[in-house]
Amino acid sequence: MENYKHLQRYAIAFLMLFTFNLSHAESTMFSGENFFTYSLIALAAVLIFSAIITVSNTFLNVEAKRAGVDASSASLGISGGSSAATSGSQTSSRHIKLKKGHNINITGKAELKSEKADVQRYSIMPEEFIGMSPIPKVTVEVGDDVKAGDVLFYDKKRPEVKYVSPVSGEVVEVRRGEKRSITKIVILGDKEMKYKKLDAIDIDKASRETIINYLLENGGWPLIIQRPFDVVPDESHIPANIFISTFSTKPNGADLSYAIKDREDDFQAGINLLSKMTDGKVYLGLDGNKGKSVASVYSNAKNAEKVFFSGPHPAGNVGVQIHHIAPIKSNDVVWTLGVQEVATLGAMVSRGIYDAQRTVAITGGEVKSPNYVHTYQGASVNELLNNRVKGTDIRKICGDVLSGHECGDDDFMSFHADQISVIAEGDHYELFGWLFPIKPRPSISGTFPNFLFKNYNFNVDTNTHGEKRAFVVTGEYEKVMPMNIYVQHLMKAILTNNFEKMEGLGIYELTEEDVALCEFVCTSKMPLQKILREGLETMREQQ
Amino acid sequence: MGLLNFLKKIEPDKKKSPFLHTAYDAFFTFAYAPNTTTAPRGVQIRDGMDLKRLMVFVVLALQLCYVFGTYNIGHQHFVAAGQYMGFFDGFHLKLAHGIIKMLPIYVVALGVGLGIEFYFAYKKGHAVEEGFLVSGALIPLIMPPDIPMWILALSVAFAVILGKEVFGGTGMNVWNVALLSRVFIFFAYPTTISGDYVWVSGFDGLAPGALADYGFWHTSFFNPIFSSFGWDTFNSAISVTDGFTGATPLSLAAHGGWDNVLSVYNENQMLWGMIPGSIGETSKPLIILGALFLVMTRVASWKIMVSMIFGAIFMTYIFNFWGASDFMQVTWQQHFLMGSFFFAMAFMATDPVTAASTDTGKYIYGFMIGVIGIVIRVINPAYPEGWMLAILLLNTFAPLIDYYVLDSNMKKRLKRA
Repeated sequence: MENYKHLQRYAIAFLMLFTFNLSHAESTMFSGENFFTYSLIALAAVLIFSAIITVSNTFLNVEAKRAGVDASSASLGISGGSSAATSGSQTSSRHIKLKKGHNINITGKAELKSEKADVQRYSIMPEEFIGMSPIPKVTVEVGDDVKAGDVLFYDKKRPEVKYVSPVSGEVVEVRRGEKRSITKIVILGDKEMKYKKLDAIDIDKASRETIINYLLENGGWPLIIQRPFDVVPDESHIPANIFISTFSTKPNGADLSYAIKDREDDFQAGINLLSKMTDGKVYLGLDGNKGKSVASVYSNAKNAEKVFFSGPHPAGNVGVQIHHIAPIKSNDVVWTLGVQEVATLGAMVSRGIYDAQRTVAITGGEVKSPNYVHTYQGASVNELLNNRVKGTDIRKICGDVLSGHECGDDDFMSFHADQISVIAEGDHYELFGWLFPIKPRPSISGTFPNFLFKNYNFNVDTNTHGEKRAFVVTGEYEKVMPMNIYVQHLMKAILTNNFEKMEGLGIYELTEEDVALCEFVCTSKMPLQKILREGLETMREQQ
Repeated sequence: MGLLNFLKKIEPDKKKSPFLHTAYDAFFTFAYAPNTTTAPRGVQIRDGMDLKRLMVFVVLALQLCYVFGTYNIGHQHFVAAGQYMGFFDGFHLKLAHGIIKMLPIYVVALGVGLGIEFYFAYKKGHAVEEGFLVSGALIPLIMPPDIPMWILALSVAFAVILGKEVFGGTGMNVWNVALLSRVFIFFAYPTTISGDYVWVSGFDGLAPGALADYGFWHTSFFNPIFSSFGWDTFNSAISVTDGFTGATPLSLAAHGGWDNVLSVYNENQMLWGMIPGSIGETSKPLIILGALFLVMTRVASWKIMVSMIFGAIFMTYIFNFWGASDFMQVTWQQHFLMGSFFFAMAFMATDPVTAASTDTGKYIYGFMIGVIGIVIRVINPAYPEGWMLAILLLNTFAPLIDYYVLDSNMKKRLKRA
């Protein structure tokens, strides 16, 4: 903050200098003119002055942003009015304040109420895992009974990584897609879950190798995501650090403090396990925003380093948190996990079962009474939404509206998903919609009066509000990107297949969800997430 | 809904008449925001902002310049003849004369430019992009009022084809399209766009005693209307008064410094723009209003504008310190009152496609335009105004500036290892 004060003094001195210059100019230039002239000069002076004030104010904000990003000293703490339960351990945590970004407020935020979902069909989808061969070895047949934790399939290229069933029940379908690739393995779940009893393991004594083999064998391994590329981790590569974001800033994102309720012990056991897996640290990203409460299971977690983040979306994205805590170095890998996956890992070692229960936020403007439901990994989206959807011309989205994807009638929740959004389809024309929008819509542009209604919740639809164009506007992505990455130049490097530039501009630090907000704000309607994934795939093939 | 159905009914077939379809599509998407929805993967919702809206906001910011510029054409015409010396005297005549001069320029610039855009869009088989909306609105404002139409058409065609379409269309051009059209005239037909005799319109030459040059619209269209109201009419007998030079403040300053400027114009006139010059660039407060509008709606980059001001001030101080000629002693406040600094700053330098694209790069880019613009203005004897050349020069170097900014970002990242 010292930095900031210094700047303020500098700015005031500068403004005084400027006004002096201006009055000096007037007195020498306009002697003996009439009253009209003076009034005109006064008007011009006011205009120029207000321009300077506006500009310097923005300038100060920008500098404050920079200072804020860098200010990570312990003294700042969470004294910024965070209502997080203050226990002794928290005051010593780092607090990183981010200014760049944008919260998209949309209707249909899930109420903190939950019920048990009535879902029968579940699926694990091999096609979801990046790098998986199209036809994995399926170890079950249609009609087999499986328990939660029984192996369903493995990749022939990496037979040691087992993918297991999240629920007990009967295998009812092995669905094939193009060229006989296996896309889904569908299980009709039991009403009462039966769990496969896993071997006991004492993680305090076991070697890292033993733990790795235990996770590989029992289906815990695919719960972990390795960056760069967002892939199932390579067991020969020890992660530099492990990062877990314990809050979501996504539009209508699930309240992860609520979602972890009643699984606190599992979560802590998972953290204990993960802390054995790295020579670095396990970092928890905690919500430092005003008025947000942090579950004590996060703020009091042991064997983990806690870092508070405050700021608009994407402050809750783990990629942003990595960038500010300990950025990925070349040749390093890091792991990231969702909190519910951590709890599943914890249940494996502490209770000896593969407990894949998930608390899913059902959100969006087209949902009746949005709230939370308890279900299991890979639940059928349609069954989760049974009788809860209002309209007919709607889009069901697995995930949030920025980084999620559209779901058909027979689709299942993604492996890592904890949210469903349902919004209206926007397949309608709008008379002069680009000039005089009738319906309010979220935007970061100053050409909409949105800044007057900071807390307004927009009822969004899927209309693109314009057509795709070449890159024209510059600096737009960087405005909502709280990382030191030139997104537009990176995208151009990907489009031109410039490997050196891709790496240099930080492609390894990003995955799709990190550029989702940039894609949203793009004036030219560029598909940034798609471009980024193509770039990541190119780089992955190079390795 | 009736209109939508009608428009859908008359949609030409894409296969049978592709050119018609391209044109239809351009107008249809202008009337109706399209019904496209987001892809199954990637963002599911999109920001309300699109390129049409962006471009139209720049055009909106130019409207005050249009109104004032049009009127000022008429005002300068009558001042040269020694008639209606007060700014609001002979209001209807000045406005009518301004419109008579302005409309053809606007129609030709837009017609030629859009025609070429439509043709290329049809040839390439994609939608008409909106880039020329802004270029087409800027070009008339940076032309002298008496510019021959064929030269204007030629320059617009040159700028759009060689400046933009050969590079791949909107978003791909290296140089500012509007300035390219002006620089084309500047080098190919210099007598129509520089010197003391081109900034006042409607006379048969600008020598003292030259008679007013009125055409059909003056004498056969407006005169009967005005006389039916009992107002003054265009009088072909008026002529340029003795002692009228038509020189702009800049050319006066180049030959004798600020005192020479004050012998013809006062600061009041220069500030508000009641002086000869290119059509839209004279009125400083109205341009600044437009610039503020662009900054507040965050359409244009304030970084470029501010650093350009600082660059110009910085260079002026150096020249003041040097002080080798009368022009070098002109202070920065006086520099800002003359010429088209603010217009170049607000609307030309901030073109996002041709400017530097990194934040740091924008500061350097703007600053260097400010510096080089003043250098050209003060030192170059052939041409008293420098912003057009300075901006085109920095357009050329913007990718280089970005290259070094990106390079330092890349080096920083690689150092982590």
